[in-house]
Parts: sequence; C-alpha cells; structure tokens
Amino acid sequence: MKISRRLFLYSGTAAAAALSAPALLGQTRPRVVVIGGGAGGGTAARYIAKDSAGAIDVTLVEPSRTYYTCFFSNLYIGGFRELSSIAHSYGTMASEYGVNVVHDWVVGVDRDARTVALASGDTLSYDRLVVSPGIDFVDGSVPGWDVSQQNRMPHSWKGGSQTELLKAQIEAMPEGGVFAMVAPPNPYRCPPGPYERISMVAHVLSQSNPSAKILVADPKESYSKQALFEEGWSRHYPGMVERLGPDFGGNNVEVRPEAMELVIDGVVEKVDVCNVIPAQKAGHIAGVAGLADDSGFCPIVPASMQSQIDPNIYVLGDATNAGDMPKSGYSANSQAKVAALAIRGELTGVRVFPAKYSNTCWSLIATEDGVKVGASYEATDEKIASVGGFVSQTGEDSALRKQTYEESLGWYAGITADIFG
Amino acid sequence: MTCHEVGPDARNRIGPHLNDLFGRIAGAVEGFRYSESMERANGDGLVWDLDTLNAYIENPKALISGTRMNFRGLADATERGDVMAYLRQFSASPRDIPEAVPTALPSDPEVRLPEDILAIEGDRAWGEYLASECKTCHQADGSADGIPSITYWPEEDFVIAMHAYKRQIRPNPVMQMMAGRLSDEEIAALAAYFAAIE
Repeated sequence: MKISRRLFLYSGTAAAAALSAPALLGQTRPRVVVIGGGAGGGTAARYIAKDSAGAIDVTLVEPSRTYYTCFFSNLYIGGFRELSSIAHSYGTMASEYGVNVVHDWVVGVDRDARTVALASGDTLSYDRLVVSPGIDFVDGSVPGWDVSQQNRMPHSWKGGSQTELLKAQIEAMPEGGVFAMVAPPNPYRCPPGPYERISMVAHVLSQSNPSAKILVADPKESYSKQALFEEGWSRHYPGMVERLGPDFGGNNVEVRPEAMELVIDGVVEKVDVCNVIPAQKAGHIAGVAGLADDSGFCPIVPASMQSQIDPNIYVLGDATNAGDMPKSGYSANSQAKVAALAIRGELTGVRVFPAKYSNTCWSLIATEDGVKVGASYEATDEKIASVGGFVSQTGEDSALRKQTYEESLGWYAGITADIFG
Repeated sequence: MTCHEVGPDARNRIGPHLNDLFGRIAGAVEGFRYSESMERANGDGLVWDLDTLNAYIENPKALISGTRMNFRGLADATERGDVMAYLRQFSASPRDIPEAVPTALPSDPEVRLPEDILAIEGDRAWGEYLASECKTCHQADGSADGIPSITYWPEEDFVIAMHAYKRQIRPNPVMQMMAGRLSDEEIAALAAYFAAIE
C-alpha cells in the first residue's frame, strides 16, 4: 500500500483511518461517496474533486443519466423554457473533474463497515459519505393517492417525466375545465413552488383556455410570497384562481383518481387535472441509512452539515432539517460548499473557514414579472439561523420585475454551471 | 459640462441632459443609450437623490461599475455639494428634495473608503472559499446573462463596489444582503481572489 507524502503530511488522522479500515486496503487516496446528483450532491462532488485536485477519490451515485432540475420546471410548464434547457448530464463532472459517476441506485448503507450497496450488486467503500437524496412522499398523507396513481394525478414535484405529463394534461383540458392542486403542508421542497406553478398554469390557460378555473386546496394558513402571488393573480389572471385554505376545508381533502374527483371537506369537485403534492420526508435512502429523526428529515450539525447521527456522513439539501433555511436548490448548493470544505479539512487537512449559508428563491408570476425572496444564515449551536433577508414588494414597477426575472435567468445559468460544471 | 447639458434647451449630448435630475430613476432619459451597468441600475430602481448623486460624483464606479461616464470623480465634499446645489435649480420640484438649503450636504458625505480598508491585503485561500457563494450566480468563466461577470475585476473596484452594497448605496437586495454580512477582511479576500481567479 502506497501512501503519498502529501497525504501523510496533511492528514495524519485520515491516513491512519485508511490504514486501519479493512475495506480500504489497497487504496492510496481517501474516498468520498456522494449519493444523489442534484443541487446538493452534484455540487459537493464537483467541489471536493475540483478543489482537492485529485487528492480525494470522489464517486457520485445518481440513477438518472439525464437530470431535470426541479427549479425552473414550472417555467417549462408555463411555456417559458424548453424541457431540454433544464436537462443536465454528468459528462463534464467525469471528464473535467475526475468524478467517478455511477448511474445506479443505492439500496443500503452499512455505517459500521462504511460501505454503500448498489442495486447492481456492487459495493462502494467510503471514508466520508455525502447523502443528498432530495425528498420522498409521506405515505397516506393525501387519502386516495399513492404513487401508483401518479399518472392520473401527477405530483410533478420531481423534475422530468412527471413535469412533462402535467404539462400535457393542462394542454388537453376541455374548454372551461378545472385544474386542481392539492398543496402540501410544511415543510416541503421549494416553499413558493406550488404558487409559482399556479401562476404558470394560469398563464397557459389564460391564453389557450381563458374560461378554465384553477382550484387550490391548501392545508396552510399562509405561504411564501403570498401577497406578491395574490397581487399578481388578480392583476394578470382575474377570477381564475380560487384557493381554499384550512378555514375552508383545504386541510381536509381526499382524491378519487379513477373518477377524477377531489373531495374538499366532504364536497365533491369534478376536476380535469389534479396535481397532488403530498407531504414530504427525506429521500428514502436517508431513512434506510437511519439518518432521519421523527420529523422524517435528517438532523445536521449547523456548522458543517455533518449528520448528528453519524460523524462520517454529511447530509445536504431537502433531506435535512436545516433550521431556518428553506428546502431549495439554492440552499442545497450553499450547504454543499460548506460540507465540501469540512470534508476536505478532515481528509486532507486544508484550512476550514466558518460556514456561510445563503438562499434566494426567484418566482415567475407572468411574462417578465419576476419576484424574489432571500436570506443569509449562519451556524449557531442550535441551528442554522437567519441573519437577515429581503423580499420583493407589492406594487413594484415593471422594469424592476423584468430585471428580477432576468436575474433569475442568470442565476439558473450560474447555479447549473456550479453544480454540473 | 462638455458632456452634459442642463437648462431650458438642454439636449442629450455625449451624456444625457441633467434637467429634473433629482427624483429621476437612473438611466431613464428617453432616447439616450446607456451602458449595460446603468441599465441594470435602472432596473434595480436606483433613484438620484443627494446621497446617490454624491456617491456617483465622488467615484462613479463605486455606484455604477461599468458606467461610460469618463470622469474620475470629485474628492472634495464641498465641491460636490456645489455641483449638486447647481443641478437642483433645474429640478421641477425642489420641495421634494431633502433639505431646503441649496448647499445642504448629503447625510453621509464620505463615500471614499478609508485608506486602511483599501490597504487590507486579501487572503486568497479564504477568498476562494467565500467566492464559492458568489459562484452560485456569477459564473467563474466570465459568461454573463442577467447577472454581471465579476471575474478579473480590479481589486480596488471590487472592494469599493462591495462596500457600496454593504452601505446600501448601490441598489439590489441580493447584493446588499451578501455584502452586508461580509467583514472588511472578507471583502478584501474576495477581491484578491476574483482579481486573479484561476
């Protein structure tokens, strides 16, 4: 076994760990395995590989060869983006940064042996594991709905085929038909996302099917950027959107996919499209690995994104309970950079600086009518805590809204380059 | 006054006319072709008032990094006050302009950064980590659509611009938030990194 001088110099502990771990015999470099190639995992894999310049062996396990971002998928539904423009692949990650990209499913994590089992039967060993699996749905959270019904009543809360299906269903709606949404309870991926989606559906219908209606059953009293969305809907799509909050039974729904019925507080509504966004929890593998708590999400150390349950594991993005940070692609990307540096510090001894986190969520309400909300965060002993933020204001002029939209296009180009290379 | 006209028959020359300057949104004169930076300030809603004009006249690039105005700035606060007092006569509603006295100085007359802040030597390794936050939006390879490039910016311009965001002289809430929590040393570290990004 050959240990490089650099490894010995910079990382006594990591080298010792590598020597003592039977699974790692024969290796010369510390190994990081990343589960999930989205905004969290993709960023972590790229940054660890790029910044360690080959000193760390990075393997990324991601089932999809083509990854469709969930962020901006609403703009595809609204006709503002081509599907191909939100599709990304992992070629650059492999060719430019030396990441070992494995298209497979992780089916188990042996935390004692520090190995990951793949559906193909292969096993990967790790010194540090990054878990960034996104979200899965809570069984039974919307009575009448389960994943076997997702073709009749799509969730479209993960990018790709579900997004395409929902768009096709909207376009096939009969004249004057009803688009319904069952909005999710907190916490969920992308807080303004359901309402941006409503905006995009309204945009499409106002052009192609102006007598159609949009009905939203919502278990929440209030939601992200509510005043901005409500102002935009009454300005751009007057009379089209009806939202029933918990006061009107929005928290008491049942769906009947075969009959295409949505039952709100006992009242049966016939609907033409039903977008069911169930309650959410950390992606399945986080539960399998025992990294989630009773909340369904994974507790992390605020300063590093290290799992509170296993110090060899870092959890990122939507799967975590990240204190005041919302579940968003931007948040996951921000958290990944903190974790990437912490991991490099542990494995190769580089200087580690205090964590900085930030998030901004842009939403599109209508053509060139963009709004945003954002905050920055720091790690306290208890949680990742907000240290100030901003939100777009109602009544802003069209030049500012257009600029905000254009800024969101720049952000999309920037963050996807930052994730995928 | 070789570039701008002001007064009853003022027209756009190399620069836009300066009538009704106070209370006007930056980059808003019809028919004048502004720089991209000035257009962006327009979209961000930058309004010319005593504070913003003072900052712009003192060091144009502190406020509008890519301005085409070929003017190095006016260091003397009294001279800047005189220029603004003169221009105020050509605004339609002087009563809307803060402070009634024509020679009133803006509330925060010094945009110029103290020498000791400009002299901080940036820690590039720290800057590289901090810069990862910038790269979520600003692409490292310098491509820019909707969000400007900051790659290879001269260090001093970078430091001045970030302090202008931090003090909320420059508009844009995202940048004000980002800069607002950066220390002087962190801004210097970022400037050092982006000036010589690999």
